[in-house]
Amino acid sequence: MPHFAIVAVSILFDGMAYAMFLFITSVGLSVTMGLMGFVNLAHGAFAMAGGFVVVSLTRSYGVGFVPSLIFASVLIGLISARLERRLYRRLYKSTDLEQVLLTIGLAFMAIATATYFYGPIPRSVPLPDWLEGDVNLGFRAFPSYRAFLIAIGVVLIAVLWYAFERTNIGAKIRAAVDNRRMAESVGINVDRLFTLTFAVGSGLAALGGGLAIQLFGLTPSFAVLYLVLFLIVVAVGGLGSLKGTLLAALVIGIIDTGGKYAFPVAGNLFIYAITAIVLLYKPTGFFGRE
Amino acid sequence: MLDARERGANYLVRHHYFRWPEALPWLIAIACFFVFPNRMTFGGQVLIMIMFALSLDLILGYAGIVTLGHAAFFGVGAYTVALASLRLGWSEPISGIVVGGILAGLAGAVVGWFILRYRGLTLLMLTIAFAAMLQESGNLRSDITGGYDGLPGLMFDPLLGTFQYDLYGHTNYWYVLTVLAVIFYFVRRIVYSPFGQALTGIRENVRRMHAIGSPVHRRLVTVYAISAAIAGVAGALFTQTNAYVTLAVFDFDNSAKVLVMLILGGTGRLYGPFLGAAVYMILEDYFSKLSPTFWQLGIGLLLVLAVLFARRGLLGLAEDARGLLTGSERRSFASRRLVWKRDSWSALGSSAFDGAVIGFLAGFAVNLKEADLMTSYVTGMPARAIIFTLGGAAIGAGINAVALLITGRTAVEEPPS
Amino acid sequence: MRMIGVLGLAALAFAAGGAAQAETIKIGVVLPFSGANADLGHQIDKAFDLYVKLHANDIAPHKVELIKRDEGPPTGAQAKTVATELITNDKVPILTGFVFSPSAIALAPVATQAKVPMVIANAGTAWITNLSPYIVRLSFSMWHPAFPMGAYAFNKIGCKTAAMAYTDFPPGKDSTEAFKTGFEKAGGKITDAIPMGSPVQVPDFTPFFQKIKDEHPDCMYVFIPSGAHATGVMKAYGELGMRKAGIKLIGPMDLIPDNKLQDMGDAAIGTIVMGHYAVDLDSAGNKTFNEEWHKAYGKDSYPDFMSAAGWDTMHAIFDTIKKLNGNVSDGAKVVDAMKGWSADGPRGKVMIDPATRDIVQDEHAMEVYRKPDGKLGERILGTTKAVKDECKELKVGRCGS
Repeated sequence: MPHFAIVAVSILFDGMAYAMFLFITSVGLSVTMGLMGFVNLAHGAFAMAGGFVVVSLTRSYGVGFVPSLIFASVLIGLISARLERRLYRRLYKSTDLEQVLLTIGLAFMAIATATYFYGPIPRSVPLPDWLEGDVNLGFRAFPSYRAFLIAIGVVLIAVLWYAFERTNIGAKIRAAVDNRRMAESVGINVDRLFTLTFAVGSGLAALGGGLAIQLFGLTPSFAVLYLVLFLIVVAVGGLGSLKGTLLAALVIGIIDTGGKYAFPVAGNLFIYAITAIVLLYKPTGFFGRE
Repeated sequence: MLDARERGANYLVRHHYFRWPEALPWLIAIACFFVFPNRMTFGGQVLIMIMFALSLDLILGYAGIVTLGHAAFFGVGAYTVALASLRLGWSEPISGIVVGGILAGLAGAVVGWFILRYRGLTLLMLTIAFAAMLQESGNLRSDITGGYDGLPGLMFDPLLGTFQYDLYGHTNYWYVLTVLAVIFYFVRRIVYSPFGQALTGIRENVRRMHAIGSPVHRRLVTVYAISAAIAGVAGALFTQTNAYVTLAVFDFDNSAKVLVMLILGGTGRLYGPFLGAAVYMILEDYFSKLSPTFWQLGIGLLLVLAVLFARRGLLGLAEDARGLLTGSERRSFASRRLVWKRDSWSALGSSAFDGAVIGFLAGFAVNLKEADLMTSYVTGMPARAIIFTLGGAAIGAGINAVALLITGRTAVEEPPS
Repeated sequence: MRMIGVLGLAALAFAAGGAAQAETIKIGVVLPFSGANADLGHQIDKAFDLYVKLHANDIAPHKVELIKRDEGPPTGAQAKTVATELITNDKVPILTGFVFSPSAIALAPVATQAKVPMVIANAGTAWITNLSPYIVRLSFSMWHPAFPMGAYAFNKIGCKTAAMAYTDFPPGKDSTEAFKTGFEKAGGKITDAIPMGSPVQVPDFTPFFQKIKDEHPDCMYVFIPSGAHATGVMKAYGELGMRKAGIKLIGPMDLIPDNKLQDMGDAAIGTIVMGHYAVDLDSAGNKTFNEEWHKAYGKDSYPDFMSAAGWDTMHAIFDTIKKLNGNVSDGAKVVDAMKGWSADGPRGKVMIDPATRDIVQDEHAMEVYRKPDGKLGERILGTTKAVKDECKELKVGRCGS
């Protein structure tokens, strides 16, 4: 294979793996912000919490990696549902700023709690054998873990798409995003819908957090370190849009990876430049509503 | 009967003159010098933060622009002074901060012109992106900026030719205080002028402002530039008082911190920044000596409580308290006592349940820290599990009961909008 | 008679003045206790506390009191404020700690003005010791491990070509510049130097390493801040099969933090690092150090190069107190007393170079291998003795001023 093509395939592969992580973790935030108009900056904290649950389960109780991921997502989803009902619900009518402050406060409390129990030392997870190592296709070896990440991402995209476009619940959600009052007057229980969407979104964040451990290591600061990244994906993709989040994740993931390969001196400049360019031309992101 | 215009003018005239309580923060600042002469290095930094928060109040409190990238302008001012001293040999301090402020203001005007067409999340992300790009570009040319190790050993001339920097930070304290006073006077005049009223109008109802023909965008860019200039002066003072600057001045953390300080004090009141910045930095200084983890927990909790119960910041609370004492609200508060509704019980029960769950999990986590095994938690130490769970329930219910008594509503209901 | 009385009084006064007054000597400790870097501060803090506890009697009748303050984030401003107040409020005669270079850099002019010695326990930018005559460093400069690694890689490991990858901040640039100088001096050729993002977030290392893999150098020198980055590097290295492709992984000891080694798995085996400390280091000082550490902090807690430096720092301070008999109020005298200090510590023999006030220590080339008990360990391949900071020796860049 010609060298240029190998490089292109490498960038695409690595970029997609990174993009899948971004998508899985950010999609919940996008739907929450689009559907409920609620700025939840504690989203990163949910991801971090999910990661630590996975760490505890795999290291202290010897549970397998994949079952831990599932358990963590469900657990965080349930906890977030409760949080939504009791706390977040009060602030739906508040200003953006207040929502930002409340959720940042929650994020700080989560970080402090995690630091207290787990300490600031970075954590890792033991992976099952089939996830270590690589798949060698001759011209390049592809790490199994990243292939796994892409696979999970694709499956989730398919499931979410199906749920949104083809099921009753999906239709109700879309209706509520488009026009909440009409949806309510048609008899849709928007409150319950909110809780459900929020729970699923947070559960996905937890899943993303668990998957990120292998890529970035996990410290309590994870909650805020990558938060700006998630916000970028959401803003660039457009609030409340599955397609938008996916496209934004892909664009950012691939361009960032390509940028790091070709111009590593630029650091994170590419990500922020993309954000500025996209938002200046299309303020609501790729597929956001006006 | 005065018409609307006359009433408006009267309001401006009335507020234009200084009221005697306004002297208070300045008196306190001066007093601090004599009461805490050994903490003036810290004091100087607090004053710089107040200035930074003041610049943010101008755009957030008065014009309603939410930004998480204001550190960009702080950094522009900081680096202007540093590079002028290092490369141009320009080390006269006062002209330095003026130039720093002007450059930051220009940056604000240019950036603002582009991004102030937008609102909400879009604007927020653009402000973040700008500050981050500035930082990354600075790292790209770390031969000029010194990167994260910065530019050390900066030299500045003595103030007005006579006042030299000293180890105790005394000179710096008076220097920063004077500059703060000058800037504050300037800001105050803006706020209580027709321009300031226009800003408030934009914040409250931007469509109407457009409808009455107010040049909204131009006004916003102007105030953004002024705010950027002030932030730049704060940054320049930061460099001068530390004789050192690194790229960390552009950190997202700085933009977030100043926002928290401002909210804590209360926006749109000009003195909010004083209270918020001082309280935040003093608490941080105090708690980081005790236990940094608790500091983070504390500030998070403070933010949550502030949003739930004290939306208008400490000054807002103070105003509420004053209202209570001077009787205007007293009656309604008194009649609000012990409004015990039927579903107050279910609210208490709900919070008790939440408290119990949190208590149970907390006990589990404490156990994890010690023994690393779950089985021993429930079977081996039932006493601990029970204590934690019941304790959590009690705390949960207790918080709600207290909230009910004080504010007349539980922490569960939605506030009257 | 009167003469005898006066003489007697004089003798008494002389004796009283000459005898040591039992002092409590306050030492200001500036370390990061909060934020993302708190674990670094704790590693050194634990070493300080341990030394003080075990050697309290060495300086009898004097006592030492550690006044600890939070260094804050690596921006320098908080460290400067906090340390200045230690000088003006608590009147400490000696300051120590300083994990981050910006903190030490910010404080240098204050130390000079106040004439208070700064005994640095970590900050590694090479030219820091030039900033003030009151700075003494017990830890290392980036050049200590990196420069000898250059020669060692060419001569002993067989790297004719090498690529460098580093986190894009001053320690990364310093370290790679040092390696490059040493490597090229020995005859090697550097093929590429790739900056890998900011130290705050752990990036995805794959695109950087993939690029290096495509270039096929013999070796890859990697500098990253200790901690989460190190694990990420090892994982990326393993996932891309770089060892199989014939690219050896080398670096300073930051690449293999002692407390993360076990997590790194098979990918780490064969990595060669140059460092002045490893837990397995076979020196008498290290044996005692490890024993005491485990006794105090449990068998799951490990010291690392930072704790070793912290231990030696406190050792140097204690020896100076003893040497000056508790009279540590004259900063210049304290610094003079430290010049030429040497001891056998956890790192082996260490010495303070009187000319530069920087540390002189042995650098060991260490290879990761699997021990018979199944755990990963490091074995020493070779030692370069008494390494000075070559940056100042060769007067490279800012080190020359």
